[in-house]
Amino acid sequence: MTGGDGPGRRERAASGLVVGAFGVSALGGAGFATVYATGGQTQLEGLALAVAFAGLAVGLAVWSRHLLPNGGYVEEHEPFDSPPADLRLAAEALAGPESPVRRRGLLAMLAVALGTLGGAALFPLRSLLPFDRERPVHALRTTPWAAGVRLVRADGVPVRPTDVPDGTVLTVFPEGHRGRGDVPAFAVRLDPARFVVPPPGGNVAGVVVYSLLCTHAGCPVALYLKETGRVLCPCHQSNFDLLAGARPIAGPAARPLPGLPISLDADGFLTAIGDFTAPPGPGFWSLK
Amino acid sequence: MITRWLLRRLGRSLDDRLRTAPVLRRAFAKVFPDHWSFMLGELALYSFVVLVLTGIFLTLFFEPSTADTVYSGSYAPLDGSRTSAAYASTVRLSFDVRAGLLMRQTHHWAALLFVAAIVLHLLRIFFTGAFRKPREINWLIGVTMLALALFNGFTGYSVPDDLLSGTGLRILYSVTQSIPVLGEWLVFVAAGGEFPTEEMVPRMFVSHVLLVPAALAALIAAHLGILVRQKHSQFPGPGRTENNVVGSLFWPSYTMRTLALFAWVLAVTFALGGLAQINPVWIYGPFDPAQATSPAQPDWYVAWGDGALRLFPAVEFRIFGHLVASPFLPGVVFGGLTFAGLYLWPFLDRRHRRGQLSHQLLDPPREHPARLGFGVAVLTLFAVLLAAAADDIVAKIFRIPVLDVLSILRVLALALPIPAGVLAYLVARVLQASGGRGVGDLTRQDVRSVRRAVRARVGAGVGAVTAGSGTPPPQDWAAPADADRIELWRDRAGRWRWRCRGAGVLLTANQLYLSRDEAERAARTAYGDLPLREVEPPGGAVGVPAAMVERAGRVAGRTGGYLTLAAVAYWRSRRSRRR
Repeated sequence: MTGGDGPGRRERAASGLVVGAFGVSALGGAGFATVYATGGQTQLEGLALAVAFAGLAVGLAVWSRHLLPNGGYVEEHEPFDSPPADLRLAAEALAGPESPVRRRGLLAMLAVALGTLGGAALFPLRSLLPFDRERPVHALRTTPWAAGVRLVRADGVPVRPTDVPDGTVLTVFPEGHRGRGDVPAFAVRLDPARFVVPPPGGNVAGVVVYSLLCTHAGCPVALYLKETGRVLCPCHQSNFDLLAGARPIAGPAARPLPGLPISLDADGFLTAIGDFTAPPGPGFWSLK
Repeated sequence: MITRWLLRRLGRSLDDRLRTAPVLRRAFAKVFPDHWSFMLGELALYSFVVLVLTGIFLTLFFEPSTADTVYSGSYAPLDGSRTSAAYASTVRLSFDVRAGLLMRQTHHWAALLFVAAIVLHLLRIFFTGAFRKPREINWLIGVTMLALALFNGFTGYSVPDDLLSGTGLRILYSVTQSIPVLGEWLVFVAAGGEFPTEEMVPRMFVSHVLLVPAALAALIAAHLGILVRQKHSQFPGPGRTENNVVGSLFWPSYTMRTLALFAWVLAVTFALGGLAQINPVWIYGPFDPAQATSPAQPDWYVAWGDGALRLFPAVEFRIFGHLVASPFLPGVVFGGLTFAGLYLWPFLDRRHRRGQLSHQLLDPPREHPARLGFGVAVLTLFAVLLAAAADDIVAKIFRIPVLDVLSILRVLALALPIPAGVLAYLVARVLQASGGRGVGDLTRQDVRSVRRAVRARVGAGVGAVTAGSGTPPPQDWAAPADADRIELWRDRAGRWRWRCRGAGVLLTANQLYLSRDEAERAARTAYGDLPLREVEPPGGAVGVPAAMVERAGRVAGRTGGYLTLAAVAYWRSRRSRRR
């Protein structure tokens, strides 16, 4: 605005630009309404709204930049410390002769009352964990796996050792407890001759079963590498060596995957003969 | 004409009831410094507004429940499958609610932008020393808002109950569970039992749409209230002192500028929301504790935590027979240290540098080589952690075994930050010595001279780390040398004004004063004892070419009117055609 030749022309150009930009914005808005009204299409809706708002933005920016003063102003910035007289008056008003601040004894008892009340008010937080649910330590240590519980696939079909494929792992659940978080396990067929450490849950014709939950942060260790006999967690890349008792060999996991002790029931299906050899999933304070 | 008449009526009736004129007069005249970096906080503010607007739309369609339902809708691959109500309603609102997908994706993009803007704003505040007295309170509020934003981002992308976010939730659950003594109870009370529980989604939803946004809104109000009370800080420059603010007026210049920024935020988020797919939960599938997606990456703002979990070695130990599980150190301790460091920084940074004084002039980053170096070192570490959260993708792209990537990143996390910090420190020293030139203008000579100076100082027994405090202080307290007089005058309407005039400086007071005393007091506050002289009213007063603006407004208004008429006509013709 200041200096230059023909400031009037420049201003006219700027206001022309502003008008144009607001016009484009209106078109964008109308476009959005039209797209919506004629059936809606996500990309076009987004584009129309973007055009509408971009037009608005350009118009406002040009307006502020070329038709309004920029910079050149100064405002005083008074220091923040009050004049001593003000401070003194405030202090007197707060702690005058009748002020509650002076009644030490009453204040102390008030603090006791409020403190107790505050503590008591925290108790209902406990309701967030319903009282009919398991307590944390017990819930974390145990799972529904127990002697005589059959291994079933995700669709509920019981598993025979021959159902366990060669080269990939089969996710299994305790019969009747498909949805629980701590139960998923996987069955895998290994060559018993390659065992460095025997599997903690034993094997039935080369089939061994381990907890599916990574002992680091609880993700399912779903990636199986057959050649090395390892499983890999997709979340933080912990590696477990299934030939050595599912011992962690890389990544942030520090404990082996718990094994599931298995045998065959009378009908030839795989069945658990107890809970996991250790609590499954991530560690916790009371883990023995 | 009508607009002005309406405004005057409205203003008068408000003033009769609330006496708004004195407040408004001052508010309109508030001065904002002209520097782009002061807009970063506003970027965050406007992203928050977009989040609230799109979020309200989403709450009307989202069902925060893990109850079993059968999804039926136009997304064929999932039609008829059993999922949770939360997941089904998310897919439904993406495919069967008109403009639903646009709102959902815009919401997600705005969340990414929100946190990014907060982080950039924080970095600006950090590197320029804007957190110093008197602004420590606003720093604390800002760090709290960052924490809340991270948490709300996490709950936001977890509520759809899809496979990817469920995995993230599983990890957060495990990290909380690893806290010694309290962890098991803490996480059971918070989630309502052992992972996964049916209470998690509704609880996260209440936190996501009510508790945290309400807290954020309250904190934003406090943040802005304190900002207005304390006024802006500013970079040093001609005419700028510790006792003034130089820039543009809130009304009209800054109002237009900030509304333009708001419109830009809306434009960019809606463009991304419409054109760039984000978080396609229908591809991930519903959550199932026995499944995981691979690769699995969190949103960027929690990726540093995930990266730390990936990089940290497998360390578990026992205290009196109790287990401290492996996520505890990288998850809880590292995250806790990060935020403790952020909260404490204003109090750590002031010890050896004029700590008790108030600061209105910012430090250009080079003036504080030690702070700059420390900041760059920490940022480097976080950059490595961010990369670590994508180690599986890096491995896939470069066809390197993921465990090798992990080893490389571990080395980098340990080896990079300190050299990066030292380099930043040295560059700052060189820039300082070079006398106000940019990084691109440095010569070998500059570098050599600083190296010699540092060596001499180290030789003299002064640690290199404290060397920054030995340099001459920036011109904080000096009155501007080139602003050499105050001019005071009475305009034709009888009101008093003043301005500061010097070599290359012409700064007009932001307000009109009713008395000479008032005007002089303001000028004295801003510029101390500069010579003050009463002058004739200067010609060519600073102001808006009102006629031009009005013409633009009139034309814009008319254009809008015609467009509305056209739209109505189109709509009516369609309706009549349908009949």
